[in-house]
Amino acid sequence: MEKATFRIWRGDANEAQYVDYETEVSEGMVVLDAVHRIQAEQANDLAVRWNCKAGKCGSCSAEVNGNPKLLCMTRLNDLPLDQPVTVEPMRAFPIIKDLVTDVSWNFKVKEKMKPFTPRPPDEEDGTWRMEQEDIDHIQEFRKCIECFLCQDVCHVLREHDLHDEFIGPRFFVYAASLEMHPIDTENRLEELKNQDGIGYCNITKCCTKVCPEHITITDNAIIPLKERVVDQFYDPIKRLFRVFSS
Amino acid sequence: MASYETFEHDVLIIGAGGAGLRAAIEAAADGLKVGLVCKSLLGKAHTVMAEGGVAAALANVDERDSWRVHFADTMRGGQYLSNARMAELHAKESPDRVRELEAWGALFDRTKEGSILQRNFGGHQYPRLAHVGDRTGLEMIRALQDHGIHQGIDVHMENTIVSLLKTGDRVSGAFGYEREKGRFKIFSAKAVVLATGGVGKAYKITSNSWEYTGDGHSLAYHAGAELIDMEFVQFHPTGMVWPPSVRGILVTEGVRGEGGILTNSEGNRFMFDDIPELYVNQTADSPEEGWNYTQGDREARRPPELLTRDHVARCIVREVHEGRGSPHGGVFLDIAWIKEKIPNAQEHIRRKLPSMYHQFKELADIDITQEPMEVGPTTHYIMGGIKVDADTQMTCVPGLFAAGECAAGLHGANRLGGNSLSDLLVFGKRAGEYAAQFAADNGEVALDDSAIEEIAQQVLQPFDNPEDGDNPYEIQAQLQDKMQELVGIARSQESLMQALEEIQTLREKADSVHAIGNREYNAGWHTALDLDCLLTVSESIALAALERKASIGAHSRDDFPEKEEQGAGKYNTIVQKSQDNTMGIRREPVPELTEEYQEIIDEMG
Repeated sequence: MEKATFRIWRGDANEAQYVDYETEVSEGMVVLDAVHRIQAEQANDLAVRWNCKAGKCGSCSAEVNGNPKLLCMTRLNDLPLDQPVTVEPMRAFPIIKDLVTDVSWNFKVKEKMKPFTPRPPDEEDGTWRMEQEDIDHIQEFRKCIECFLCQDVCHVLREHDLHDEFIGPRFFVYAASLEMHPIDTENRLEELKNQDGIGYCNITKCCTKVCPEHITITDNAIIPLKERVVDQFYDPIKRLFRVFSS
Repeated sequence: MASYETFEHDVLIIGAGGAGLRAAIEAAADGLKVGLVCKSLLGKAHTVMAEGGVAAALANVDERDSWRVHFADTMRGGQYLSNARMAELHAKESPDRVRELEAWGALFDRTKEGSILQRNFGGHQYPRLAHVGDRTGLEMIRALQDHGIHQGIDVHMENTIVSLLKTGDRVSGAFGYEREKGRFKIFSAKAVVLATGGVGKAYKITSNSWEYTGDGHSLAYHAGAELIDMEFVQFHPTGMVWPPSVRGILVTEGVRGEGGILTNSEGNRFMFDDIPELYVNQTADSPEEGWNYTQGDREARRPPELLTRDHVARCIVREVHEGRGSPHGGVFLDIAWIKEKIPNAQEHIRRKLPSMYHQFKELADIDITQEPMEVGPTTHYIMGGIKVDADTQMTCVPGLFAAGECAAGLHGANRLGGNSLSDLLVFGKRAGEYAAQFAADNGEVALDDSAIEEIAQQVLQPFDNPEDGDNPYEIQAQLQDKMQELVGIARSQESLMQALEEIQTLREKADSVHAIGNREYNAGWHTALDLDCLLTVSESIALAALERKASIGAHSRDDFPEKEEQGAGKYNTIVQKSQDNTMGIRREPVPELTEEYQEIIDEMG
């Protein structure tokens, strides 16, 4: 059987190094299969997060040859196997061990955002009527599997470490899914402008490129939110209107 | 004793998939202190993998649907071994549970009138499954999660419970470890809800992830609760078979609901060859009628591809065994053929089945809009599980509740697709509600410190075992091989006796597995600790399968091909720990159906 070398980042916050493991590879294998084989045969204590192994849960996020990827959806036949395949943890989050990072910041960010707040139901049975075409774009946002690869690649978080001032692409998508929800009544624009740091995004679209669900994060979520913020806070006519109406 | 971090909750919920989250939301509604333990990160549990939809008689697409039809469908699908009261509650309450999700932000696909759209699925007489493309589970878990995080629930992510704690007869908490540092955590609680999901990891070919090691079943068993009908393991007929690394990954029944057909290597639509007696009147007798059914023709009957999962899985195995399989040991599932029937078929398939398109394209280089898929059975779900009271979801252990896949009763000998997502909503809510009530009605219980110390020692044992002890992954793999081979779709007295022996041998080996490294995020150690659960559920499945000397629903005995054992009547198997700590098995007769239930069943034909 063919063999390949995997250069895996091993260690914790204090001490770490790349360790080379050679293992057998076969048709159709993905990087997660190779990591599992190494874990079972050579390094029982190797830490890696995973669940569904089908690109649906967003657990096995890491960096393969420097690219943010789901390990379960990265096929070996798309990689040059004549050289070692580098597998390392996401770099925008604190390391726990080996390929596992502390992503708890993301869960805290979501908890602070204003929750979904529907208008009263349209029907007596507590339901709402919505047209499919009015929810298509929200359903795109709701495809998100919370793998946080968009957060990992975003330079505002990865390089500038502005986790306290910027919620990152994942949560702009979340905000967009709420703001554009046909029955939501809440307004999140002030938070987006003042606390969530939407202004830091300079639409380089790195997040869109790495999204395994192919959500057009920048064009469909972030830019429309930026426009709404501009409309609410900087539109001179609306500002004048507010002065008179207050 | 050593001091461990201790958390006090009124209600502790173990498992954070749909059932656990729904239970937590309900229990927190009365202002109680609720803890939610997840084995993984929040929102990653297997509910996320559910594709096709959630069954609820909303009657949005076909007004002839009602709770009575849903009840009758569920009972028939379960071969009348289901708990009828649970089937009634489930059918009556699931519409409200689904509607409520939209109040929490879920967005199901719509009908032309703007209400929740419903699709056809195996065993359901009318289009009944509310869905979002083929990612319904993701929509549900996200809606529950995003609502749940604002209800004041304490979420303990990446924690594993290794034992329940009891004080006298009553459950009083749980002992666990957190993954990151390997530190122990003690949870004290007035009531505990188990919502840990399934047991798929006991088998080699499975749609389940590493987490599904039967933790809840095993925790309940060791605490003295009963396990019912454990022999009924659902082998979903359509898992991926190629390439090897993705073998077992689920291919939604929605493919067949949208018109997908099963064919063998001779191009024959073999599902027409064998239609069970119970379903003859409900099944199409021509491909044309079957196609019309999938396209919403209300007069047409469903195609045989949409017969119950146990039957479809057996037919696929038959085709493969008789040499009519696909190149990699499955059969063909073809949705691309619908281009003969509708314009823009390619676009239609990608819109209706986006994640299936994605999955085959990226993992198998197959474009499902152009060519057929290769599929075969995969271990998917266990109908059996922890025996609970139908209304309250409480086990026979006071203060211990269970809901979702780890609990049992609703599905009998076979579960209908879509009835799992509705099960976890309906009974997750009930478990949360009654656990909260139990916690309010019953005072604090003191924890037993000596028991805690004993558990702590056992949990660290794999580090202390000699270095030449077995590799935990190897023992797990051996168990999976044996369960697949001996306790799979086709079983016999001989295979089951052998399985029980193998399990015994593996248990001895499991006691001496060695864990390398330290306690921090150590997958090898975790695998070693999961082995006890896996072995417990494997033994209970094999033992119950040996006890049921008949072939019914998902349980097939080569040596007893008939549905009923002569003179045995209808019964449930019950596994419970005996006084001498060995695993005991007994039968309990299925209660006679009340007149009211029987009337509904007769009326629905």
